[in-house]
Amino acid sequence: MAEIRVETLHKAFADFTAVRDSTFTIRDGDFFCLLGPSGCGKTTTLRMIAGLELPTSGRILLGGEDVTFKQASRRDIAFVFQLFALYPHMSVRSNIAYPLRCQGMPRAEVDRRVEDAAKILRITQLLPRSVSGLSSGDRQRVALGRAIVREPAAFLLDEPLGALDAEFRELMCDELRALHDRLHATTVYVTHDQLEAMAMADTIALMNDGVVEQVGSPQEIYDRPKSMFAAGFIGSPPMNFIPFRGRLLPGDKCVHAGEAAIEIPEAREGTPEADLMLGARPEHVRLSASAPLRASVVEAEYLGTNQIVTLVTSQGTLVKARVPSEVRARPGETTGLEFRSGKLSLFHRASGRALRSALHERVAHG
Amino acid sequence: MAELILEGVSKRFGATLAVSDLSLRVGDGEFVVLLGPTGAGKTTTLRLAAGLEKPDAGSVRIAGRDATFEPPAARDVAFVFQQYSLYPHLSVYDNLAFPLRSPMRRVPEADIETRVREIAGLLHLDNKLRNRATELSGGQMQRVAIGRALVRRPAMYLMDEPLSSLDAKLRAEMRIELKRVHRELSATILYVTHDQTEAMTMATRIGVLEQGRLVQFGTPREIYQDPRNVHVATRLGSPGVNLVPRELFPDVRAPPGAATIGVRTEHVRIHKGRNGSTSGRVRWIEHLGDQSHLHVRVRDATDVVTLVDPDTDLAVGDEVRIEMVAPLFFDAGGERVRP
Repeated sequence: MAEIRVETLHKAFADFTAVRDSTFTIRDGDFFCLLGPSGCGKTTTLRMIAGLELPTSGRILLGGEDVTFKQASRRDIAFVFQLFALYPHMSVRSNIAYPLRCQGMPRAEVDRRVEDAAKILRITQLLPRSVSGLSSGDRQRVALGRAIVREPAAFLLDEPLGALDAEFRELMCDELRALHDRLHATTVYVTHDQLEAMAMADTIALMNDGVVEQVGSPQEIYDRPKSMFAAGFIGSPPMNFIPFRGRLLPGDKCVHAGEAAIEIPEAREGTPEADLMLGARPEHVRLSASAPLRASVVEAEYLGTNQIVTLVTSQGTLVKARVPSEVRARPGETTGLEFRSGKLSLFHRASGRALRSALHERVAHG
Repeated sequence: MAELILEGVSKRFGATLAVSDLSLRVGDGEFVVLLGPTGAGKTTTLRLAAGLEKPDAGSVRIAGRDATFEPPAARDVAFVFQQYSLYPHLSVYDNLAFPLRSPMRRVPEADIETRVREIAGLLHLDNKLRNRATELSGGQMQRVAIGRALVRRPAMYLMDEPLSSLDAKLRAEMRIELKRVHRELSATILYVTHDQTEAMTMATRIGVLEQGRLVQFGTPREIYQDPRNVHVATRLGSPGVNLVPRELFPDVRAPPGAATIGVRTEHVRIHKGRNGSTSGRVRWIEHLGDQSHLHVRVRDATDVVTLVDPDTDLAVGDEVRIEMVAPLFFDAGGERVRP
């Protein structure tokens, strides 16, 4: 197994730059997600790691070896495309064995590896069957088997669950993660679905417009987004942004949004008067009849476990709060908003950049 | 608007019984969501209500009259499909006006304009009326498709997965808009989906379908809190309800015949340390941002998933004691047993 290092990777197609100066390291054994909206450059990045695309500049190291210009077939990497690409006329066994047969591996060795892969995926009983009669879940497992038998240094997966319905996707997420925990293989996984990334990844590289916006654990990106893009892309519903105008000095513990004074994590950098954004996750918003930041209820959505209440402030900003199911919130009612102050983020509106505060210091203490 | 009553309706396609002896009442002004997996009979039920299919048995009543053998056009219902089909060469305005301009209806042009503008306002399409349908985003197109159903004032609206082709953010927006439209128009809506969030958040009542049968019918709260069987319990709730063999938890007091315990993630309390029979070991902590899911392995046999604060000091490998609040009990056949 191997570490993958991407250094100042750049890819331009004619007049379009797909990837700009990306640098990151995928640790040995990491489940690493390249996450971002369509067109952000995540698939191009993956294809360069696989060797299916050559970079315009930059380097790719696989286990310390420079493989930037090495052919795809000579990199010790298994690329799993859409998982349904199986040979319909072949049995499960032949499908899984296929990549090894192509390498000319001796039959006994092929058999051993196929049996092992089937055991890992718990599909031993399916080996003699034809793939055409299989359920979609079993087809996914067979396709994974084809990647596993090669025992590669790394697995690359490009939106493998994209074609599945929601219920089944959740199940496969669990399975892929469990499989990773058994194999400990370095895995690079491309998705546009933040829930998939949050549920499976050890590390996420969030991309936007060809640029890696932030690299970190799911919790780190969720709790301490470096930009409004990251804050808005991750989370469902995403982070709320409450605009206000003000200045900030290092050491400030409070900001004024309209008529309300709002406590924030102690500021570590200041800014002259500017348009700023207060960022609050839905679960850090509370409804409080007496709070000075007034808002009226637009809608309450019951989810069983809890409810999402959508409100609009007197300034016209939409805010979503995740609150217990028992909290009463009827459309049209007026209430006040409070926040879990230690969890709030502040952003520069023009640049979208997060302002440093005490929030960012908890990283070190873990 | 009007009420819809399906009584003992069955429909067979070849060897498949798509809908089996189904009875359902959608009251005037209700938003009923039929929830179930693919093949449960949701869409067939909707098509029976619309008159696009004829039942093999049973009756369909709309606004008090027997509509079982009425053709679709005579039923006065508006249908919204999963795939929006707009006229690409027409403007948004003309797409919205189209159903009213049908020669059968002869609505005066001035009334059409009033109605189109009203619906465009409701769906936030006011400033798009002059655009061609092809110049819209996916979400806007689907709003036009829904708007085309809304411009008419039919007895009821029938909607078949109208949001499933949209991305997650748009779906979340449209859920709120549909709910508002329902409220503002006092519309009667029968809506079909496999998405539990849509059902939970929009329905006045949910009908859970399984293999052509209506398994349970009630408000979202009733169905979430008081499911009739294992199937219903697992259809709602995210993360899903924990189902664990009763014998793994001998200390939990259970009614006779209980084979499985069902407990919602928010009803599992975790305490550090061990206590013999109900203890387990933290196998994995899944960080989902707003909350974390703690997977606790019990007796090397089954996982119990619970919600914990992201700041929890629990770690993988820790031994913990599991306490269940308000557990549900099911017999070996999956039916609910009550104490």
